[in-house]
Amino acid sequence: MKKYGVLNRLETISSAMFIPVIIIVWWWYGAKNGTLNTNLIAGPDELKKCFTDMWQDGSLQRYLLASTGRVLKGFAIGSSLGFIVGTLDGLLPPVRKLLAAVIGILRPIPPISLIPFLILWMGIGESSKLTIIAIGAFWAVLLNTIQGFQETDPKLLELAKAFGKSKIEILFRIILPSAIPSVFTGLRLGISHAWTAVVTAEMIAASSGVGYMIQIARELVRPDMLLLGIICIACIGLIIDLVMTLILKKIVYWRA
Amino acid sequence: MGLSLKNVQKNFIIGGKKLEVLHDLSLDIEAGEIISIVGTSGCGKSTLLKLIAGLDQVSSGEISLNGSVINKPNSKETGIVFQESRLFPWSSVEKNIAFGITEKLSNEEKKKRIQEHIDMVGLHGFEKALPAQLSGGMQQRVSIARTLINRPNVLLLDEPFGALDAFTKINLQEEVLKIWQKEHMTIILVTHDIDEAVYLGDRVVVMSPKPGVIKDVIPIELSRDRDRTNADFAFYRKRVFNEFYRSEETEEDFVI
Repeated sequence: MKKYGVLNRLETISSAMFIPVIIIVWWWYGAKNGTLNTNLIAGPDELKKCFTDMWQDGSLQRYLLASTGRVLKGFAIGSSLGFIVGTLDGLLPPVRKLLAAVIGILRPIPPISLIPFLILWMGIGESSKLTIIAIGAFWAVLLNTIQGFQETDPKLLELAKAFGKSKIEILFRIILPSAIPSVFTGLRLGISHAWTAVVTAEMIAASSGVGYMIQIARELVRPDMLLLGIICIACIGLIIDLVMTLILKKIVYWRA
Repeated sequence: MGLSLKNVQKNFIIGGKKLEVLHDLSLDIEAGEIISIVGTSGCGKSTLLKLIAGLDQVSSGEISLNGSVINKPNSKETGIVFQESRLFPWSSVEKNIAFGITEKLSNEEKKKRIQEHIDMVGLHGFEKALPAQLSGGMQQRVSIARTLINRPNVLLLDEPFGALDAFTKINLQEEVLKIWQKEHMTIILVTHDIDEAVYLGDRVVVMSPKPGVIKDVIPIELSRDRDRTNADFAFYRKRVFNEFYRSEETEEDFVI
């Protein structure tokens, strides 16, 4: 049984890695035999050199830390606001009516289009960047929280009524636990939106972070640094998602 | 005394039109009696049970228990078990059963009573299991324990075994009977299973739809150790059956 499980897992992993491995091999081979134009995309040797240089002078770590810090701060702000507003919207019908149109109008606005306004209002410092990141997280958490509160099974509410339970008990024993899976889906999406947003924010005006790194790579025409930046973004995004999935599994333990 | 229905009328308003669901129902049920209510779907039998549970209000007429009118749920007197087990997927067997408790009890008493009821429905060893880890029959056992934990004087069963396989069903019928023999509460069982109605009921109430009325009340004059394969049992089963498919020929069949 167990062995079968392991084999199954191996098969899933090898299927998932199939296409990436082919691309990497193709890229590797192309760089070695000269068919890859290394002015357009860096080869493995350039990439490795760029990585060691930046790692040794500590700039890569600094950029990554700066971005990660911003994401965590912006995400904390955006997701808590999203959760609070979503909870009010989900639990209080008057609030829901009040917000329906506002949400409908504001939600489709891409955060990037707000950057000029944010710079006008807050300058080019940290706060405008954090706001962009927070907006990214906010919508995902808000919409999924609202969705979560709509997920309460009316049959469970009827059950609570039959047992004469108080509103507080119904809220904590039924409505909130019913909302948890959806809220966490929102948090998971929210943090990946926040990670996407940080790069955008840093490309506009920053002196640190991965977005800034890509920006200078563009200005200096450094395809190696550009590629390294993108790989870092992808890897951290993947790690964030894996961690969130693990946390989700722990918290929503009843959905095996 | 006991449970009394007087000229109970229930209308629903559907699409602006009045729909008569229950028409002038009257029935007196003695304390400790088991009443089976059978009828095709749409005859209003579940609606009637909800009225008795206080989950819905009569349009006219009166339902009273020991002289006091029922107009809201009273979990001290009346307990209901639904067709679906309605367990919290995020709570263990123990905690699901604990949700049923509506009295103020000390923690120790609570624990004792929960264990007692887990044992009563034969789920010893499954205290920490989640609903998803249980079979349908076991889930329904949890649901029954959750209702019985308040020691209700009236137990309402809304097609509680309808979704279970034949063997599990018979097992649970036996268990309910055993519990009844110990606690001697009044039981009202809504079912569409004639066999089940005759096996458990002191009287079988046959309802017919559009609008829901009591067509007949058949006393089952059999001892409690009923044998489903016995000729007397078959006689009653046939009598109830004929209420649904009455014709001259079948009438003669059992007049021996």
